[in-house]
Amino acid sequence: MKLTSNLCRGAAGIALAAFAAMPAWAQAAAAAPTVDKGDTAWMMTSTVFVLMMILPGLALFYGGLVRSKNMLSVMTQVGAVCALAMLIWVGWGYSMAFGDGGNAVIAGFGKVFLKGVNSTTTAATFTTGVAIPEYVYVCFQMTFAAITVALVLGSVVERMKFSAVMIFAAIWLTIVYFPVAHMVWGVNGFFLTKGALDFAGGTVVHINSGVSALVACLFLGKRIGYPQEPMPPHSLTMTGIGTGLLWVGWFGFNAGSALEANGSAGLAMMNTFVGTAAGGLVWMLIEKLVGHKASALGFCSGLVVGLVAVTPAAGNSGPLGAIVLCSVATVVCYLAVTKLKPALGYDDALDTFGVHGVGGMVGAIGTGIVYSAALGGPSGDSWMGMGKQLLVQLETVGTTIVWAAVGTTIAIYVAKALTGLRVSRETEFEGLDIGEHGERAYNY
Amino acid sequence: MKLILAVIKPHKLEEVREALGDISVQGLTVSEARGFGRQKGHTEIYRGAEYQTNLVPKIRVEIVVEDAFAERVVEAIQHSARTGSIGDGKIFVLDVEQAVRIRTGEQNDDAL
Repeated sequence: MKLTSNLCRGAAGIALAAFAAMPAWAQAAAAAPTVDKGDTAWMMTSTVFVLMMILPGLALFYGGLVRSKNMLSVMTQVGAVCALAMLIWVGWGYSMAFGDGGNAVIAGFGKVFLKGVNSTTTAATFTTGVAIPEYVYVCFQMTFAAITVALVLGSVVERMKFSAVMIFAAIWLTIVYFPVAHMVWGVNGFFLTKGALDFAGGTVVHINSGVSALVACLFLGKRIGYPQEPMPPHSLTMTGIGTGLLWVGWFGFNAGSALEANGSAGLAMMNTFVGTAAGGLVWMLIEKLVGHKASALGFCSGLVVGLVAVTPAAGNSGPLGAIVLCSVATVVCYLAVTKLKPALGYDDALDTFGVHGVGGMVGAIGTGIVYSAALGGPSGDSWMGMGKQLLVQLETVGTTIVWAAVGTTIAIYVAKALTGLRVSRETEFEGLDIGEHGERAYNY
Repeated sequence: MKLILAVIKPHKLEEVREALGDISVQGLTVSEARGFGRQKGHTEIYRGAEYQTNLVPKIRVEIVVEDAFAERVVEAIQHSARTGSIGDGKIFVLDVEQAVRIRTGEQNDDAL
């Protein structure tokens, strides 16, 4: 099980071992890594799958959940921050997260504007001596930055100015996403060197976006009329289509994070099927048990919770572990969305915190448990290592929460100073489609 | 002339249309409407947030006929739209002052 012992070291960031300040274990094997065409083809496929998760996946998933007067604003915001993240990624994002050298928090600015990257440079995978083209790795990681910043927007829809969204996104990526991605996945990253497990981004993507979404919506304030006025989703059909696209795209996200087309990718694929399926059914089961009807939105919500919770565990758990983990996460998220949110009164409009933040935390902490060989996970350790791994996971989750909260506060305040942050009352009543974009989603 | 205005359950539209066809009604206008009477709507739940929907979807049917024919139309609608449960709707009959067929300019009973 050489592969899995390599996986112990964490996640995708290791891939740059051959270029960055090389740890001794990588140096020995760094001589002329081979690039496999199968791996390369799989990673290019995975990369565009993650793009499909954002456009049209997330755009439709989020868009269907808002009122029809704000449909286009959601789709435009998701698409625009996704595009902005791509440009910033080649500008300084890749360098800050995975560039040469640097420290435990950021990787430095040696690869700004992809300096030194060309079609012959490679990025290491988890198998010693096997690499993928660096351009493919840059693109793959780029889509992760793009989806994470788009996810944050779920809590602030229907009231945040488009200009504020764009400024917030640029700052947030720079001071929150890139450092956290480096800390979790960078070769010399703070959490990675501690042994934290995050296969495909439970911490980097989901806790990060979820906590940031909560903080952002607290500063932004509630939508006018919330919670007295009904604000039902305008099209659960679109939300359902978006959910399907997210699930399919998530195979690129999770199985792609193996960086190779191999058994580890197969395990991640397996877990992305069964963990997600468990989440969807468990949410509907809870609805039934508390006396409601099993609902379409409940099914979609449960599926997304399953996808979120299985993300850190994808290659770090057996299928049974993934089913249990996603089921538990769904119960916790159900309570967060239906009880915690109304009790505390914050307006996380599309439940980014309740689903991604909370689901990400349960997934990240639970990964420390299901990783154990005693529960069918790929770890060499039995029960012995579980306690230690759990502590590392808790520390990583805690630090990410604080980092995301502080960084989001700064980004929101800068956006507020420059744009005023919120649309006018009139625009909010009329809808952001007309007010911010001059269009209507539906002209019957 | 009389205007017969009926508010009915959406799924009863086809039966009402057939019943009116059987007594040779020449034309009618249908629109989607929402409203409430004794039937008080229902509850919708989205991720645990409960919304009381007071206005229920209905179909509004409008027919203009000669005075003598009105009673038969009302009867046909009442029989075909009835399910016996609350929310079956209502029928109103109003006097109509004038009717014009746009294409020919024919007036009143000739225009129907």
